[in-house]
Amino acid sequence: MREAMPKWADLVLIPLVSLVLAFALSALVILAIGEDPVAAVRMMVSGALGSTYGWGYTLYYATNFIFTGLAVAVAFQARLFNIGGEGQAMLGGLGVALICLSLPWPHWALALPAAALGAALFGAAWAAIPAWLQATRGSHVVITTIMFNFIAAAVLNYLLVNVMRPIGAMDPATAKFPPGTHLPSLHDLLAPFGFAFSRAAPANITFLIAIAACVLVWLILWRTRLGYEIRAYGHSEPAAIYAGIKPVRIVMAAMLISGALAGLMAVNNVMGEAERLVLNAVEGAGFIGIAVALMGRSHPFGVFLAALLFGFLYQGGAELALWTDIPREMIVVIQALVILFTGALDNMVRMPLERLFLALRRGRA
Amino acid sequence: MAGAAGGQRVPAIELRGISKAFGPVQANRDISLTVMPGTIHGIVGENGAGKSTLMSILYGFYKADTGEIRIAGRPIQIPDSQAAIRAGIGMVFQHFKLVEPFTVLENVILGVEDGRLLRPSLARARGELTRLAADYELHVDPDARIEDLGVGMKQRVEILKALYRQADILILDEPTGVLTPAEADHLFRILENLRSQGKTIILITHKLREIMAITDTVSVMRRGQMVATVATAQTSPGELAELMVGRKVLLHLDKKPAAPGRNVLEVKNLRVTDIDGVERLKGVSLTVRAGEILGIAGVAGNGQSQLLGVLGGTLPASGIVRIEGQAIDLGARNAGQARRAAGIAHVPEDRQREGLVMEFLAWENMIFGYHHDPACQRNRALMDNAAIRAMTAERMEHFDVRPPDPDLQARNFSGGNQQKIVLAREIERNPALLIVGQPTRGVDIGAIEFIHQRLIALRDAGAAILLVSVELDEILSLSDRIAVMFDGRIMGERRPEETDEKDLGLMMAGMRGKAA
Repeated sequence: MREAMPKWADLVLIPLVSLVLAFALSALVILAIGEDPVAAVRMMVSGALGSTYGWGYTLYYATNFIFTGLAVAVAFQARLFNIGGEGQAMLGGLGVALICLSLPWPHWALALPAAALGAALFGAAWAAIPAWLQATRGSHVVITTIMFNFIAAAVLNYLLVNVMRPIGAMDPATAKFPPGTHLPSLHDLLAPFGFAFSRAAPANITFLIAIAACVLVWLILWRTRLGYEIRAYGHSEPAAIYAGIKPVRIVMAAMLISGALAGLMAVNNVMGEAERLVLNAVEGAGFIGIAVALMGRSHPFGVFLAALLFGFLYQGGAELALWTDIPREMIVVIQALVILFTGALDNMVRMPLERLFLALRRGRA
Repeated sequence: MAGAAGGQRVPAIELRGISKAFGPVQANRDISLTVMPGTIHGIVGENGAGKSTLMSILYGFYKADTGEIRIAGRPIQIPDSQAAIRAGIGMVFQHFKLVEPFTVLENVILGVEDGRLLRPSLARARGELTRLAADYELHVDPDARIEDLGVGMKQRVEILKALYRQADILILDEPTGVLTPAEADHLFRILENLRSQGKTIILITHKLREIMAITDTVSVMRRGQMVATVATAQTSPGELAELMVGRKVLLHLDKKPAAPGRNVLEVKNLRVTDIDGVERLKGVSLTVRAGEILGIAGVAGNGQSQLLGVLGGTLPASGIVRIEGQAIDLGARNAGQARRAAGIAHVPEDRQREGLVMEFLAWENMIFGYHHDPACQRNRALMDNAAIRAMTAERMEHFDVRPPDPDLQARNFSGGNQQKIVLAREIERNPALLIVGQPTRGVDIGAIEFIHQRLIALRDAGAAILLVSVELDEILSLSDRIAVMFDGRIMGERRPEETDEKDLGLMMAGMRGKAA
C-alpha cells in the first residue's frame, strides 16, 4: 500500500496550510473588533523581527518554549502526557537559585554547567514522583502532573516569602544573583564578530544550549537503545512487553528526561534574564510547550520551528498590545487558533490535501 | 439439496459492477454476484482479496463508488446498516457485537424495542425466540447473561438477533474461526435448517473444507476481483486454492519423519493465575525435543496464550520450566530479555499487537527484542542503524518479504509479509527453542506454504518447536506430536498418524477422545 501523500507534504505543507488558515481566521476576528488586520500583522512583524531588540525577545521566548516543548515531546514519544512542565520549570528555577546563591562563582562559564545541572535535577525530581506513581500504581500522569503544578507554585510561594527572601526586602523573590553568574547575552556573544545586537534584549547564551538540547534529544530518541525502547513503548505497550522492555523503566526514563528539559528552561529565564528567582517566573511557558510539541509533531526539529513561531507570536503580541488598541487577550486568541488548527484540526486540512494528491497522481497515471 | 430455488427465478441478491477504492487501493473492482434464494453461497479469497469490503457494502458500512445492488429483484440503496436490516439482510460478524452484561433477550431486542417500556418488547421477543429455537435448532436460554455463554452460544445469539429482525439473507463472516469442530458441525446443521426454510446464506471463509461441505455455489475473489463463481459440486479444493492464489498450490506438505534428539524444553506442573484470580493454566507438563514439532491444538482461550506468555517471558507463573536442562526463573515479570538469552525465540499469536511495532520501519522491527545485541551497537552510546538496515535487507531477501524495503513501516506490509518479518527475526537467530502462536493467522495461502516450509526447515536443522494453532489442518500437517489443551490442562497426546479431526475435536471439547 502506498502512502497517500509525499512526506514533505505531511511535514511541511499541512502545518503551513493550517497556519495560513489560523491567521486568516485571526484576521477576521481583528476585523470584527474594528481594527485593521494588515496593520496588526505589520506591527507584529516589525515588533518581533524588525530589530535586533525584537529578535532578542523573540529568541528569548523561543528558548523557553524549546525546552518546555522538548519536555512534552520526549514524554509523548512514550505516550505520556506531561502537563507538568510549568511546575518542573518552577522547581528548575529553585535549583538554579540555590546554586547561584550558594557559592561565590568566579565566572559564568563555571556557574552555567552547575546551574544547568541543578535546574535539570530539580526539574527531573519534580517529575519523578508523578512518574513513579504512573509506573507502579497506574495513577494517570496527566492528573498528577497538573496537581504537581499547583504544589510547585505553593512550595515556591512559601520558600520565596518565608525562607529565601532577603531580610528587609518587600517582594517575594530571592536576592540578586552574584555577577559571577551573569550569563552573556547575544549582544555580548556577537560583539566580537562586529555585530551590534541589542543590549537590552534578554536573549542569551541559553539559546545555544536549547539548540544543543534539540540535537541531543534527537540523538537519544533515534540513535540510542533507550530512545528505541521509549518509542516502541509509546507505540505499543503489549509489543514492548513482548520484547522484554520494562515499562517501569521506560516511564521513569522518559519522564525524568522530560522533567529535566522543562527544568533547564530556568537557565534562560531565571539565570539569564531575571538574575534572581521571582514568583511566577515561568509565566505559562510550561503550557505553551504542549502546543509547541503538538505543532512540532513531537520531533525536536519541529519543536524548534514551532518554538520560534510561538516566540514570534509572544513578542509580536506584546508589541501589538503596547502600541495599538488591540487588547492583549487578542494574542491569546491568535495563539489558540494556531493551536486549534495545527493540532486539533489536523485532519480537516489533511483529508482534502490527501484527496488532492490522489487526484493529481491519477491524472498523471 | 433441500429447498433450493424451488422454481423461483428471481435472485435474492444481485450485485452489478460494484467498485470501491480506499485512497490508492482498489478494494473491489467491477464485481458482479448473483445469489439465488434458499441457497448457501460461499465466498472465498485470500486476506485482502476484498471479501469483507464487498460484504460491508452490502451491509451499508461502506458506499460503493459505482455499481448497483438489487435485493429480490428490486434495485435499492443501502446507505447504512439500518437500511440493510430493512431490506432483510442480517450479518453475523467474526467479532461478536453483543453487550456482555445483558441477557440474551435484552441483546436480541437491543435497537428494535417497540416502545418506551421494555416489558412488552421482552415478552414478544421471548415468544419469538421460542419459535425460532424450535424451527432452526437454535436453542439458547433467553435469560442467560452473554458473559456466561461460550463462543458457540454467543454466535447463536447473533444469528437469533438477525432472524428476530426478519432477515431473509444472512451473511456470516468467518463463523467457524472460534468454534470446536463439534460446534462448527452444529452451526452447519443450523445453516442447513435455515436454507430448508428458504433463507439465503452467504458464508465468508478461508477454509475450503467448509466450502465443500455446506455450500451450493462458491465465488472466488482475488485482488478485488471476482475471478470465478462455480457450483460447489463441480469443483475441488485444489481448484479453488488455485483460483484464490492464481497459481498452483501445494495443499499437502512434504516432510521427512522427525529425528528427535535431546530434551530441549521440559515443563512441569505449570500454573498461571490471572488478575481476576482465575486459574488459566492448571498444571501443564510437556516436553519438546530437539528436531521435533510439538503441536498444541485447542479452541482459542483454553490456556494456549498463557502457555506462550510464560515461555516468552511476558507472564509470571509457578512450576518448573527447563531449557536444555537449565531451570528458568518463572517469578519475574518482563522476562523477555532473559528468555531470549536462554535461547527461546517467540513468534507471538498477534503479530500486530505484540510481534511488531506497526509504526516502526522494517529494520527497526527486525531487531525488536534483540536490540540489546552487541551487533546492533556502533559504540557504547549509539545504535548502528546502517548495519541493522543492511542485515534487514539481507533477511528480507532470505524470507522473500515483499517489498524488500527496510525503510517501509510495518503497517504497510500485507499480513503475510508482516509475519515473514517476524519469522525472519526469530528464525535467523537459530534458537534452541522456537515457540510459535498462530503462524498463519490472516496470512494468504501462498505465504502459508512458505512459512510452513521454513518451520520444517528449522526443525530439520535441529531446533525444538512448540506450535500453538487453532487450525487443526495446520496442527495435523506440521506436528510430529500433538497435545490438546482444554481448560488449562493437557487433555492428551497423539501422533498425527494415529488421530484425526474427530478424535482431536472430542479432546478439544474436554472429553478424553478415543481410547489411546
